[in-house]
Amino acid sequence: MSAGKTTADHPFAARKSLNQFNNKLFTTVVWVVGICTVIFIIALLFLILEKGLPKLDWGFLYGEPSEIEEGGGVGPLLFNSFYVLIISLLISIPLGMASGIYLAEFAPANKFIGFIRICVEGLASVPSIIFGLFGIVLFVESLDMGLTILGAAVSLAFLNLPVLTRVTEEAIRAVPQEMKSASFALGSTHLQTIRRVLIPVALNGIITGICLVAGRAFGESAVIILTGGVTSSGVMWDFNPLSPGATLAVHLWYVQSEAIVPDAQLIAEKSAAVLVFIVLLINIVFRVPLWINSRKMR
Amino acid sequence: MQTIASQTLIDIHKLNLYYGTFHALKNVTMDIPQKAITAFIGPSGCGKSTLLRTLNRMNDMIPNTRIEGKITIGGADIYSKEVDVETLRKKVGMVFQQPNPFPKSIYDNVAYGPRLHGIRSKQKLDEIVETSLRSAVLWDEVKDYLKRSALSLSGGQQQRLCIARAIAVNPDVLLMDEATSALDPISTLKIEELAQELKDKYTIVMVTHNMHQAARVSNQTVFFLNGEVVEFSDTEKLFSNPRDQRTEDYISGRFG
Repeated sequence: MSAGKTTADHPFAARKSLNQFNNKLFTTVVWVVGICTVIFIIALLFLILEKGLPKLDWGFLYGEPSEIEEGGGVGPLLFNSFYVLIISLLISIPLGMASGIYLAEFAPANKFIGFIRICVEGLASVPSIIFGLFGIVLFVESLDMGLTILGAAVSLAFLNLPVLTRVTEEAIRAVPQEMKSASFALGSTHLQTIRRVLIPVALNGIITGICLVAGRAFGESAVIILTGGVTSSGVMWDFNPLSPGATLAVHLWYVQSEAIVPDAQLIAEKSAAVLVFIVLLINIVFRVPLWINSRKMR
Repeated sequence: MQTIASQTLIDIHKLNLYYGTFHALKNVTMDIPQKAITAFIGPSGCGKSTLLRTLNRMNDMIPNTRIEGKITIGGADIYSKEVDVETLRKKVGMVFQQPNPFPKSIYDNVAYGPRLHGIRSKQKLDEIVETSLRSAVLWDEVKDYLKRSALSLSGGQQQRLCIARAIAVNPDVLLMDEATSALDPISTLKIEELAQELKDKYTIVMVTHNMHQAARVSNQTVFFLNGEVVEFSDTEKLFSNPRDQRTEDYISGRFG
C-alpha cells in the first residue's frame, strides 16, 4: 500500500452509499434543529430578562402594589406566589406520591385500575381553567369562602395531583426489579423496601416531576384568577390563608389588561423577568442536592 | 468430601408447585445437609431456580403460584401460617444471578440488612460491615473506599459485595442463584473459592447451569429435568458413576 494510491483502493475506505449519505444528512439535521432550539430558548430568556432585570430594585420586589399612581411594587403578590406554591405543594406532594406508589406497588393489575390510570392521565391534560371552575364551585359557592389564598392553593394542588401521581408511578416502576428482590431477600418489609430503596432510587424522577409542577404552579394564572382573585391584601407578610390570593403571574395579566396605572408596561416587564428568574431558580435549587448525590454515587 | 452422613437442615417433602396451570415442580423430595454445598443442575426451565426460590419464599411474590407439600428448615415448616417471611429471609439469604448492589455506598450496602433489623449503633454496624466484607474476601480491596459507590466496583467485586450483604444479617442458609453466570472466569473462581470457605459456617444451596462448577465446588449435586429430581447424590458419585441414564446423557453433554 504505497502512499500514492487513492483512498478508494483501500479495502476499508468510506463508501458513498445511500446509508452513509442518510446518516450524514440525519446527523446534520439533528444538529441544526438542536442548535436552533437552544438559540431560540436562550433568546427568549434573554429578551424577557433583559427588559426587566436591569430595572429591578428592592422597592419593586418588596413594595406594595398601587392601583392608580406610578411606582407600585409587587411585594404582596410575590409573597402570595410563594405562599400559594408552598401550600399547594404541601398538599399535592404527599397525596400525589402516595397515589403514585399505590398504583406502582399495590394496585392489582385489573381493568378497574387500568381505567383509573387512564383517568389520571386524562386529568393531567385537562385545561387548568376547568380546575379553576371546580375551585369556584367548591370554595366560592359551596363553602362561601370568597376568593382566598387557601382556595387557590387547594385548586392548584388538584391541578398538579395527576401529574405528580403519574410521574411518581413511572419513576417507581423504573426501579430495576433486581433491586427490589435484593431488598426483599434481606428480609425487608414492603414499607422498608419502598422507603429505603424505591423512593431513593426513584428520587431523581420524582424531583423532576416536582420541579415541573412547581414551575407550573408558580406561573399558573387561570386557576388563581378564578379562585384567588386578582387582588392581594396589599400588605406584606399577610399569612392569613383567607386573604385574597392573587399571585405575581395573575398580577402580570392584570396590569396588562385591566389596570389603570400609567407604568403598567414597566410593571409587566419587571414581573415577567422576576417570574422567569424564580422558576429557573426553583429548578436549580431542587436539583443541586440531586446533582451532588449523583456525583457521589458514580 | 464425605458429608452425606451429616445432619439434614432443609427437608423438602413431596413439593409440588404450579404457575397457573403449569406444573413447575413435580413431587420433589430431598434432604439438604447443613454446612455443605448442594448444587442444583439441569437444563434451562427444569425448575432448579424455582425450587431455590421456594426456600426463602421469594416465589410468594409471583402471582398465581400454588404450592403443595412441605419444606422444613431446622425442623420448622416454612410455609406454615405463623411464619413471618421477613424473619425467614433473614435466616435464608440469597445471592442473585446479576450482581445487584443498591446505588448506595459500599458501607451502606452491607449495613442495609442489619439496619433493616434494627441495629443502629455505629460501632456495631462498623463491626458487622468489616466482618462481613472480610468473610466475603473483599475487605482488603475496599477498606479504604467504604464511602464510595458500590456501582464503582467491578462485576466480580459487586457480587462479593452482594455475598457480604447477604451474610451481614447472619443467615443460616445462603442461596446462590447462578451467582457466577454474569462474571468472568477469574471472578467466578474467586466466588467458588469463597463458597468453599463459607460452607464451614453456612449451608449453601447453589443453582448453576455450569456442570463443571457443580463438580468443582459442591458436596452434593441434584440433577433436575422437567420439574422432577432425576438424581441426588454425592457430587463425586453423580459425575463419575451416575445411576440414571438421563443424568449420564446430560453430564456427558448429549443435551441441555
